[in-house]
Formats: sequence, C-alpha cells, structure tokens
Amino acid sequence: MTEALHMKHIVKVYSNGVMANKDVTLCVGQGEIHALSGENGAGKSTLMKILFGEEQATSGEIFVNGKQEHITSPQMAIRLGIGMVHQHFMLVPSLSVTENVIMGTEPRKGLFIDQKHARQQVEELGKKYNLYIDPDKKIRDLTVGQKQKVEILKALFRGAKILILDEPTAVLTPQETAELFEELKHLRESGYTIIFISHKLNEIKEICDRITIIRRGVTMGVHNVADVTEEDISRLMVGRDVVLKIEKKPAKPGKPLLRVKNLKVADETGAIHLNGVSFTLREGEILGIAGVEGNGQSQMINAITGMGHVSSGSIELAGNDITGAGVRKIRSMKLAHIPEDRMTAGVAANLSIRENVIADKLSWKRFSSGGLLKRKEIRTYGEEMVREYQILCKSQDVEIGSLSGGNIQKGVVARELSAEPVVVVANQPTRGVDVGASEFIRQRLIDIRDQGKGVLLITSDLNEVLGLSDSLIVMYEGRIVAYISDVSSMTEAELGTYMLGIQTQPEERIKEALHETEQ
Amino acid sequence: MKLNSNKKIHLLVDSVKMALIIAIACGLVSLIVFAVSKEPGTAIYNFFIGPFTSLRRIGNIVEVASPLMFTALAVIIIFGSGQFSMIAEGSFFIGTAGAMIVAIACPLPAGLHPAAAILFAGVLGALAALIPALLKMKWNVSELVTSIMLNYVIQFFAIYLVTYYFREMESSSLCSVQFQETATLPVILGGTRIHAGVILALAACGAVWLCMYRTSYGTQLRITGDNALFAKYSGLNVTGVMVAAQVIAGAIAGIGGGAELLGMYNRFKWTATPGYGWTGIVVALLARNNPLLVPLAAAFIAYLNVGADIMARSSDVGREMVDIIQGVMMFLIAAEALLQGWRQRMIVKAAKAEEEAQA
Amino acid sequence: MNLIQYICSTEFLYMWIRVATPILLAALGAAVCNKAGVVNLGLEGIMLISALFGVLGGAMGGNLFWGFLTGVGSALVVSAIFAYFHLILKANATLCGTAINTAATGLTVFVLQLATGEKGNSSSLRSFSFPEVEIPLIKDIPVVGDILSGHNALTYTAILMVVLVYILLYKTPLGLRMRAVGENPNAASSVGQDVVKIRFIAIIICGVLTGLGGMYLSMGYLDMFVRDMVAGRGFIALAACSMGQSTPVGALISSLVFAFFDGLSNILQVLQIPSQFVQMLPYLATIAGLTVFSIQQSMRAKRKMNRL
Repeated sequence: MTEALHMKHIVKVYSNGVMANKDVTLCVGQGEIHALSGENGAGKSTLMKILFGEEQATSGEIFVNGKQEHITSPQMAIRLGIGMVHQHFMLVPSLSVTENVIMGTEPRKGLFIDQKHARQQVEELGKKYNLYIDPDKKIRDLTVGQKQKVEILKALFRGAKILILDEPTAVLTPQETAELFEELKHLRESGYTIIFISHKLNEIKEICDRITIIRRGVTMGVHNVADVTEEDISRLMVGRDVVLKIEKKPAKPGKPLLRVKNLKVADETGAIHLNGVSFTLREGEILGIAGVEGNGQSQMINAITGMGHVSSGSIELAGNDITGAGVRKIRSMKLAHIPEDRMTAGVAANLSIRENVIADKLSWKRFSSGGLLKRKEIRTYGEEMVREYQILCKSQDVEIGSLSGGNIQKGVVARELSAEPVVVVANQPTRGVDVGASEFIRQRLIDIRDQGKGVLLITSDLNEVLGLSDSLIVMYEGRIVAYISDVSSMTEAELGTYMLGIQTQPEERIKEALHETEQ
Repeated sequence: MKLNSNKKIHLLVDSVKMALIIAIACGLVSLIVFAVSKEPGTAIYNFFIGPFTSLRRIGNIVEVASPLMFTALAVIIIFGSGQFSMIAEGSFFIGTAGAMIVAIACPLPAGLHPAAAILFAGVLGALAALIPALLKMKWNVSELVTSIMLNYVIQFFAIYLVTYYFREMESSSLCSVQFQETATLPVILGGTRIHAGVILALAACGAVWLCMYRTSYGTQLRITGDNALFAKYSGLNVTGVMVAAQVIAGAIAGIGGGAELLGMYNRFKWTATPGYGWTGIVVALLARNNPLLVPLAAAFIAYLNVGADIMARSSDVGREMVDIIQGVMMFLIAAEALLQGWRQRMIVKAAKAEEEAQA
Repeated sequence: MNLIQYICSTEFLYMWIRVATPILLAALGAAVCNKAGVVNLGLEGIMLISALFGVLGGAMGGNLFWGFLTGVGSALVVSAIFAYFHLILKANATLCGTAINTAATGLTVFVLQLATGEKGNSSSLRSFSFPEVEIPLIKDIPVVGDILSGHNALTYTAILMVVLVYILLYKTPLGLRMRAVGENPNAASSVGQDVVKIRFIAIIICGVLTGLGGMYLSMGYLDMFVRDMVAGRGFIALAACSMGQSTPVGALISSLVFAFFDGLSNILQVLQIPSQFVQMLPYLATIAGLTVFSIQQSMRAKRKMNRL
C-alpha cells in the first residue's frame, strides 16, 4: 500500500493552554476510506485543521505522498491536493453554486471572470462524479444535502486527491447518507483518498477500510475495520464500555403543559419557515422533534421561547397565552431553554462561570436586593452548580469560554435546570459533547421528566431522539408530517422516510399530537 | 493551578504591553521634536519635565485630567454595552451649554447654583445620548454615524445659544457674558486651579466601578456587552440595558461638561467642540476599560497635553503633536495581536510544564 | 418661493454636483471596503490628510502631477497603516478609524504649521488645482451644458469610478472574492483565499478613492487647504454608503441626496436664518436620511414577517 499521507507525533497546544493533541500519528493509504474516530474533544478536528493548514502544529511531522511538508495555510494544503469538507459548510449564501465552486480559481477571459466557461466546468464536474447541482442556484436555496455536494465539488474543482470529510453525516437523513456513501465509494474507485471523521460506528463499519482512533489527544492505534467490532471501537474511543441503550421507565403523561396551535412563522425576507404546526407537550413526557435540520425546528423553538417572531397561531404555557411574549415573561412562567448553539446564545464566554449560571436569575430576591448583588449568596450558588453538575474547572471565577465544550454545556444545563422549570426546551442538548457528559445530560432530562415536568427535545442525533423520547413529532418543510405516540415501535428507516417527506401520515393521525380531548 | 499561571501570564503581558506603548509614545515625541525643531533640547525638556516644574503646572495636569475622566467613563459604559456611540463628545458639549444657561440666567444661592447647573448639564447630556440610542433600538439606525452627526448638530446649536442669547457684546471674539459668581466651582488647592469638579470626577470613577461590578444592572450590562444574543436569551431587557447605558454615559459626560465649564472658566469661550469625547476613548483604552484605572490613564494623557502646551509656548514645536501621539497610542493599544506571540509561547510552556508535572 | 427658484436654478444644480463629488468618491471607497467586510471610520481622517498633502506636494513639486502623487500617496500610506493594524494586529476597525481621525486632526495642523508657519490655511502656498473640463457637445446644449459641463476633472473621475467600482465588484475575480470575504470569510479561507490579503486590497482601493475625495476639497472645490475642511464629509460618506447598501449605484444616489442638503446650506446663507442652523443642515439631513431609510427597511421586514 502506498502512503498518501503520514502525520507523525503531532502535538498542538492552543493559546488558551488547552493541549488538544498530545501525540497523534495518522497514516492513510492511497485510495482508501480511512476513518478517524474519537469522542468529541479527542482532538480529531484539531488534527484535521493542522493538516489543512488552518492551524500550525506545535511539533510533529507531516508527509504528503512521501514528501515532508510544512503546511502553513489552506492555500498550501490545496496545492498539495488536500481538500476539506467542513462540518459547518463554508459557503457564501448569496452567491451561486458556480461562484462558490470557482472562487479563488476562477476561469478568466482577460481581466474578467469567464462566466460561461465557469458554469460549464461546474456542470461537467457534477455530472462526472454523480454530484450534479444546478450551477445557477443560490446557495441559500439549497437543501443541506445539496450544500454538502457543493462542498465536495469545491474540493474536486481544486484538484484535491485527498478528501477530508468532517462528520459529514451529522446533518443528513439516512437516505441522504446512503446517497453520500455511494458517491464516496465512486470516488474511491476513481482513486481518491478519503479521510472520514465520524463517531458513528455503524457508518464506519459500512464504508471505511481502516480506522484510526484518538482518545484525549493520543492515538489509540490503527485497525482494519473488518477486524474489529463496534464494541471494540467504542471501548478504544472512551476507554470503557458505553451503554448505547438509554435506560428509562415508561412515561406517564399527565395534563397538557405546552400547547402550540397552528403556528406560522415567516422571516424578514418573507420566506415561510413554519406553516401551521400544532402539538401538545404533556406532564411527565419527553416529546421528541425529529427532522432534517432547516425544516422549521429552529424557528419553532425561537417562537416558543420568545427568541423569535410569531406570524400567526397561538402558544399556551400551563394554560397561559404566551404568543409573542418576551423571553423574560416566558422564563418567569418556568420555561427553561437549552439553546441549539451554546457559544452564540448559551453563554457570555468572557464572563465567569458564576456570572453565567445566574444570568437569568439576577432579579431573584435570593441574589439581589435593591439592585445590589448579594455576592456571598451568588458565590455559594456558583459552588453548588459547579459541584452538582460536575463542571470541571479550577474555580467558578474562570471565564466559561475557557472550558471544554462538554463543560460549557454542563454550565448551560446547570443554569437552565436549576431555574425550577416546568417545561424544558432542549435543543441539541448533547451536540459536540463527549460521551460522559452526554450521558449525564440525558439522565438529567429523564429525571426532570420523572418529576412530572415536560421536556421538548430537538436533536439531529437519531439514536438520541429514538432512545430518549416518549413520543415523537417529525417535521418536514415547516409542517408536522408524522406523530408517533409510542416511540419504541419506531425504526430508524421508517423515521427516515418521514424526515425526507417520502411518506406523510394522514391528517387525523397528525392531529392526535394536539391531544385536544384531554383538555 | 494552570489557570492561575495563565492569569499571571496575561497580567505580565498586558503590563509589558502598556509600558511598551508608553515608551513608544515618548520615543515618538522625541523623534518628531528632533526632526522638526531647531532647539530640540529645550522642546523635549519642556515637554517631559515642564509639567512638573511648578505646583501650578502639576495642577494643570489634574485640571486637564478631570474632563477626560468623565468622557472616558462614558466611553467605557457605552462600549461596554456593545454599542459604538460616539456621543460622549456631544453630551459633554451640550452639558457645557446647559451649565452656561443656568450659570448666567438662573440666580441661585452659592452651594446650590453649581449643583443645579451641573445637574442640568447631566440631564441635557443624557437626552443627547438618548437620541442615537433610541434610533438604534427602534429602527436599527447605526448609532455610530448618527452620534457623530449629532455631535456636529450639538456644536452648532451650542454656538447658536451663545451667539444669540448670551453673547458678550463688548468682546470682539465670540464668548458669553460672565457667569454669576455663585455659579463657579471652588478651587480646592491653593496655588493651582484644581477645582471641586476633580473630586466629582474621582467619585464618578468609583461609582461607575461599583455600578459595573456590584449591581444587578452592571452584571446585565457586562453580559449584554459580551454577548447580546445570550442576554436576550437569558431574559434580560437588552434594549433597556443598552439605552440605559447610553443615557447614563451621556449624563456622566454632560456632568463632566458642566463641571469643566464651572470649574475652569467664568465665560463660555469655545467655538468648536473641544474633542474630550474622542480623547476619552484613548483614556478608556489605556485604562483597559477599568473605571478604577481611569484616573491614572487620564492623568497620563493630561500630562502629555500639558507638556505639549508648555513646549508649544516655549519652543517652535506645535501642540498638535500630541494628537498624533494619541492617535498612535490608540492604534497600539487596540492592536490585540501585539505581543500575542510571546503570550502564546509562555502559555504553551506553562501547559507543557503542567502536563509533565502530572505525568 | 424664492427658495424653490434657487433650487431650480442652473447655479444650484451645478453646485449640487460640485458638493456631491467628495462625498461620492469617499462613499465609493466605503462601498468597496464594506463589501469586503471592513467598516472604515477613518475616511474622515484620510480625506483630511490627502487634502493637505495634495496641496503641499503641488506647491513643493511645482506642478499638479506632484500634488496628485503626494495626495494619493499619503492616502495610501494611511490606509496601509489602518489595514496593517486592523488586519495583522487585529485591532478593532472602529478604534483604528478613530485613531486615524484623531491623528489626522493634529497631523494636518502640525505639518501645515511646519510648511507655512500658519495654522489656519495654506493660502500662502501656490496651489495647483485639478483642471475644469468642458465636455464637447454637451457644453453647447443650453441649461444642460451649464449644469453638466465645466466641472472639475475629479468630478468626472468620480462618475467614471461608479462604473469602474461596479465592474470591479461584479465582473472580476477580485470582486467575487471581496464579496465572498465580506459575507463569509470562513468560506473564502476554506478555499485557500487569503482573507487578510483581499481585505488589504479593498482597504487600499478605498484609500485611493477617499484620497481623491479629499484632494477634490483642497484642489478643486477650494484651491487651498483649510484646517478641518473635511468637516464630517467622511462620516456622511459612510452614511451614504450604508444607505446605498454598499453598491456603487446606491452610493451614487445617496451621495446626491446628502449633497443636496449640503448645497442647500450654501444658498440658505442668504436667508434670514441663524447661520448655525444652516450649518447644521447637512448633518441633520444625514441623521434624517438614515432614519427614514432604516424605518423603511424595518417596516418592509415586518410586513414580510406578518404576511401569514
């Protein structure tokens, strides 16, 4: 086997002192699909950023096609034939597919861009590799799966021979994933080398040839995928056996807590994101919301939590109308909200852990009187939160942004669940969080449910949504297409057909989500 | 332990950076003087040593620092809320105009008179700051541009007031009639012109610090400034916090204008805004947005200005040089990447040392 | 009635174009910068500096060419400093712009005093202005010729620049990259585009355009440098750019709107209004213009959000 790539003993220390890679070695053969696996925060992304020249290794060596290279910038990585498909798409929404693909290597006619030739090249490339997208479409009008194809086209257009795919299936439906795998196999046959970053064991088993596992910044070895079981991989990743099954008692749903009726949302450009959604969340249940990202879930959550706008429809929380109310009012009625993206909405990164966990409780009598803070009380509370939610930190005075993703998320969960909520809206509660912390957070949500509270769970992790939810709503293009009152009877494949809009339940079934008879 | 050592590293690097910037500023002064002056020795002596040669001149430093403290505090609060309103300049100037009106037109007893004038100055300053704040909140009009435009409007409006209502007809240049004697602020240190406004400025520094770090509002302000979306998500009244920040800042700048006018002058003499709002930005940056460091930073900038004045009077180098220095300092302090490599190397070393200690 | 007659006069329309020129040039510069994702608050200071150095260069070199060269050169140097601090040393753009403006106020007076011994203006220096250009054919058309012909060369340059900036932004590879860098810098850098380099170029182009605007003030509009002569036009240009949504044509239209009030303040001085109110007019108009524009934007957004 010829080596396409060899990264030897890579060490990386970030400016905040975090040592993301302690000793990582990765050796990838020509024409293979090589899995790079490990828990979140194990150092996979850092390693790939180093390979793509976005970060510089503190020490270590990189060989590309047998030749030692110092990759100092993405330009250089691209010249060496390395292409990266980022987890968060690197596309410019208002530009066309063609413009996004050619950017930086534009075909020219004199001083100007040769628009016609560019369009033609993009079209041909798409057809050749089974990745066809209308070259004139604007990125903002594409689906997630299509955007990913554009990302792959971008890399191919630049002559990449080694493709890095960073958790490519995280945002795809099972069907889109299957399609992607066909494309990847096609590319492998055409001689491309693919590095496939994932911690989804079944996917690794399905398409990868070999696997390199990283744990806490150190390589745990490289294996032929055929020679190891999923359990082996998972043990190597976390260093212990993980319970993939989520244990919980059967739900005992009670009275309605949160009732959403015929909710519609349009944005400032007039695009309709939510077109008549109705459901009820009851006491003592976890209601899951499944769906491919971008089918109105975010807008729905924003409308319910007061972060966003309601065009029409109504929302009731414990019998009170909260349609269009502000966050403060909604929070005072005991709705807690774990936001989708903790860094943009969930924390003030430069403020201390303590200040972050009391951010929503500043007006509580316990913490302030006459506008002055009760510092001792707050300090005690901060200690409590750090201890109870097992936030790993030197002290509650440190900036929350300096913690690892999992610990930041624990801080967010601590703040939300300690506010004595009756309804918890948990949006991607375990995204980008390591296995240990994920387990902890899931258990907390189950505890809340067992106390007779309601949990609205939005997650793109199918295992999580199927394992944690008691009942389930599937959203597609701003509508509910399926309501499943008992999730244990559901399979991933069936869920997939709803998520893609291939199948839709009859109106009467969907209406059951509202539980109107149990007024 | 690691974080403690990181904190130490940050403190060390920040201190070195400030020292370096001050050294560069002083070096630049010398460089310019040597380049343009026929008698560079005299000029440099007067610039650096001049301000300390008499009690009166030391007093000058304190007097000049006083208005800068007010505007710097205003800048710290506004920038701290995540807004970029430049209204400190306008609020300060409308404050001086307001204080002038009370000082000339409202007969009041001695103690009360300056208090009333300064209070009125604060109210006007707050109102001025409210305009860009409201436009931003209500319709998302850029507060940066509107505040700067408003500064011009306020400048002409204040001049209009002086010209049409309070003008001293006997004087050939534009200035107001004399203030009533009850209105001026008392001098608190004989042999200087250091006035009661300085005490007010120092008190304001303490008050702003208390407000930012010990009150519920201050925490809301800092949360909003760090991440406005998070503030909204936490249920804070983000609009209210931001508007309040600008109003408080405007009031402080306005009070500063009132105190400056009544402490230093007995007539209104400006024909254009004096630029304290812009200089306040340099002071705020130099103080690293810490209200408690504002007096020190203001004193340093005041020292440069007093030095430049003395130099301009006694040599052939113009005082405008100090504006160049202030601009350069603003650039250097704002340059986050300055010395970042060094900081990074020390942090890496500390992280590795800890890693080894654990192993 | 009198006022309307004034406004409709060929003199006023001619002046309108005159006063629009510096705002338009700077607003075009701001548009290039904004598209690449940089807000350049230093326009004001760059205009002031190039206005002075244009005059000084002309006087020292003894001809217009030297004036042009030093004027543009000074704008380039200042822009490069801005770009270096903002892009390489990661300083906040607003603070960098403010730093330029602060330094420029002092620097221009300081240098003026060195060169002439005066602090107020450069009237003691021989100044070289850009020539006024009669446009063949158009100049012979009655009325229209009086309004459109006979302007300063920089005025026609400004109009040409509207076209050139349009072509740059929408037809060339560099323009595509600038728009991409401005909207999503991560996307651009993920395909190996050097975000810093592209923004650097944008800031430099902005500097040249803004510098021309500054030189127009001292070498066209007037034929000398006067202390603080930019008087907020850089900021107004920034407002014009944002009102024009950072497009060249938008910048042209908004510049004309703001310049209208600037021109109006020139002729209102003959009326019996306190001069300070007349002087306020361009600034008030800018606030009002931005506000009306923003209200429109937010109403439109609201309508669309509530159409369901």
